Amino acid sequence: MNIIVCIKQVPAKDAPLAIAGNWIKESDIGFEMNEPDSFALEEALRLKEKHGGEVIALSMGPERVKQTIKEALAKGADRAIHIADDNFAQLDPLGSARALAAAIQKEKVDLVLTGLQSDDHGFGQTGVLLAGLLNLPHATIIMQIEVADGKMRLKRELEAGWFQHIECPLPAVLSIQSGINKVRYATLKGIMAAKKKEIATITRESLGVTGEATQKIEKIYVPTKTKRTEYLTGTPKEVAAKLVEKLKFEARVI
Amino acid sequence: MKILVITELRQGKWNNTSFETLVAAQQIAVTTSSTVSALVIGKGVAALAEELAAKNVAEVLLVEHDLLEAYTPDGYCVALKQVIESSKPELVLFPHTYQVRDFAPKLAAMLGKGMIGDCIGYRNEGGKLVFVRQMFQGKTAADVTFAGVAPWFASFQSGAFRSDLLAAHPSGKAAVNKVAVTLNAAQIRTKPLELFKEAKSAVDLTQAPLIVAIGRGIKAPENIPLAQALAKAIGGEIAASRPICDEGWLPMERQIGSSGQTVAPKLYLALGISGAIQHVVGMKGARTIVAINKDANAPIFEIADYGVVGDIFEIMPALTEELQKTKS
Ligand SMILES: Cc1cc2nc3c(=O)[nH]c(=O)nc-3n(C[C@H](O)[C@H](O)[C@H](O)COP(=O)(O)OP(=O)(O)OC[C@H]3O[C@@H](n4cnc5c(N)ncnc54)[C@H](O)[C@@H]3O)c2cc1C
Ligand SMILES: Nc1ncnc2c1ncn2[C@@H]1O[C@H](COP(=O)(O)O)[C@@H](O)[C@H]1O
Repeated sequence: MNIIVCIKQVPAKDAPLAIAGNWIKESDIGFEMNEPDSFALEEALRLKEKHGGEVIALSMGPERVKQTIKEALAKGADRAIHIADDNFAQLDPLGSARALAAAIQKEKVDLVLTGLQSDDHGFGQTGVLLAGLLNLPHATIIMQIEVADGKMRLKRELEAGWFQHIECPLPAVLSIQSGINKVRYATLKGIMAAKKKEIATITRESLGVTGEATQKIEKIYVPTKTKRTEYLTGTPKEVAAKLVEKLKFEARVI
Repeated sequence: MKILVITELRQGKWNNTSFETLVAAQQIAVTTSSTVSALVIGKGVAALAEELAAKNVAEVLLVEHDLLEAYTPDGYCVALKQVIESSKPELVLFPHTYQVRDFAPKLAAMLGKGMIGDCIGYRNEGGKLVFVRQMFQGKTAADVTFAGVAPWFASFQSGAFRSDLLAAHPSGKAAVNKVAVTLNAAQIRTKPLELFKEAKSAVDLTQAPLIVAIGRGIKAPENIPLAQALAKAIGGEIAASRPICDEGWLPMERQIGSSGQTVAPKLYLALGISGAIQHVVGMKGARTIVAINKDANAPIFEIADYGVVGDIFEIMPALTEELQKTKS
């Protein structure tokens, strides 16, 4: 089973964000693998261990994303494709998916996995768009994959604690939800082996994707507060005393 | 402009966020002198279409087919593409549900269009609609506009509009117009099977008046007893954000948010929770919200009544002690 995993590199969870126009200042902050994508990668590796085949990591972004690609290779991906694009943050969801789809189309794959949402743009669209562009069946918010007889039985998460089983033929595109598995750490052996693995770099322009942007992020900003928050300050002991007093006599909830 | 709202049913009943989106459409229609059409899709849903017709809409589109009885992304995309091509709306609005996430981006793409998903509001800037959505897990908001020509597609986050503001039809009832679609079984590639819930335990957080909720700030399962001691001192239930339940540190029925429980307690104490929208939709109805977080810019403070910028490992024990003191 040949699997492509789409992996986006995003600002680290605790990175202090400095806004610059419609994006952030990228210097001075750390980046990491988008969380659901690490679950998607793990799922791909497990499927490969069970059913054989190859796992290809695919990531679009500037030079910095190579670091995340190397992490994927160290964890066990066989090879990687880097779509180099310094301006990828300006792409709309469709434009971004078109580029990823063009790279996927050059490969023979049985399954494309994405995370269900990126922590930076947070479009939550890429997997579904890839399915549309590649004309493949798809399912999203996946919490379990079982492959048998050339098709998959999936567990899809719904709202409010509900789930649904779905049958899906192969090839297909799945968007993976965080928590589907326990992700592995890269071993030293894996890190060494990754050094010999191939990273094919292609520019986004060379993929020849066309089509106009359908939307534009005009600007980003710190959200305006809708509620008046009363901040309590002091030593932990003082804060605790103030808070208990507020909850008792002002909010009257305890 | 013609605005089309795609409503959603859940096992034959209204998904309330459909009405929120209808309210958004009614408000946009007022500022842009537009008309609102509402669409019902499924099988045997004519009665629901009649119900919708009593709202302030220009018309209700009724899309029925045997193959639309159960939701499938393929079935919905094939059917709705035909409806959009024939009824020619400029703006197509959806509630941002898990089902909409599953098909709407593709539906838009089949028409060569894009969707602005998960919006929390909009503004009309001199005739140009600006949609507001979150980026960076709620740490920033973004103003997004459509490029190119209609139709445009957008979805609104649950809770972004108040469904109780839904306006009734001024003079009785709008027309219900059936739209025929052609759809065959071979076009539907996935097969939806049964819906189920995982085994449920005794705890019903929706009934708990006081909730102490922990997030990834708790760092390790060894630290959870600190929060449990606090919950005990206050006489509340312990709950958590998704990552805590994903790790198995607390059972899933204690997860608050769009995938978990929606609660509205008297007090919600959020410890080391950043305030991502999928968490917030599950608890923003709480009467009093207290957030304790070491990051002063954490989005959870936007909805907090009381905030403490600090380390939960210092404040949790102090708070537990203070509560025990005042009780005795
Ligand atoms: C379709 C979908 C469904 C989802 N469903 C849900 C859902 O139902 N429920 C849910 O919760 N999430 C859900 N999520 C995930 C959600 O987007 C967030 O990723 C998640 O809520 C983040 O959890 P968190 O706040 O605990 O972690 P983080 O975002 O990592 O935040 C941790 C916070 O702890 C603070 N912190 C760290 N250390 C300390 C300390 N010592 N003292 C004080 N503060 C500290 C940090 O400043 C940070 O703000 C869903 C996502 C998607 C895409
Ligand atoms: N630039 C990118 N490179 C690789 N994968 C991506 C990229 N952008 C989005 N994805 C994939 O699409 C998923 C959803 O992203 P989004 O639609 O932005 O929320 C991510 O979790 C990734 O798996």
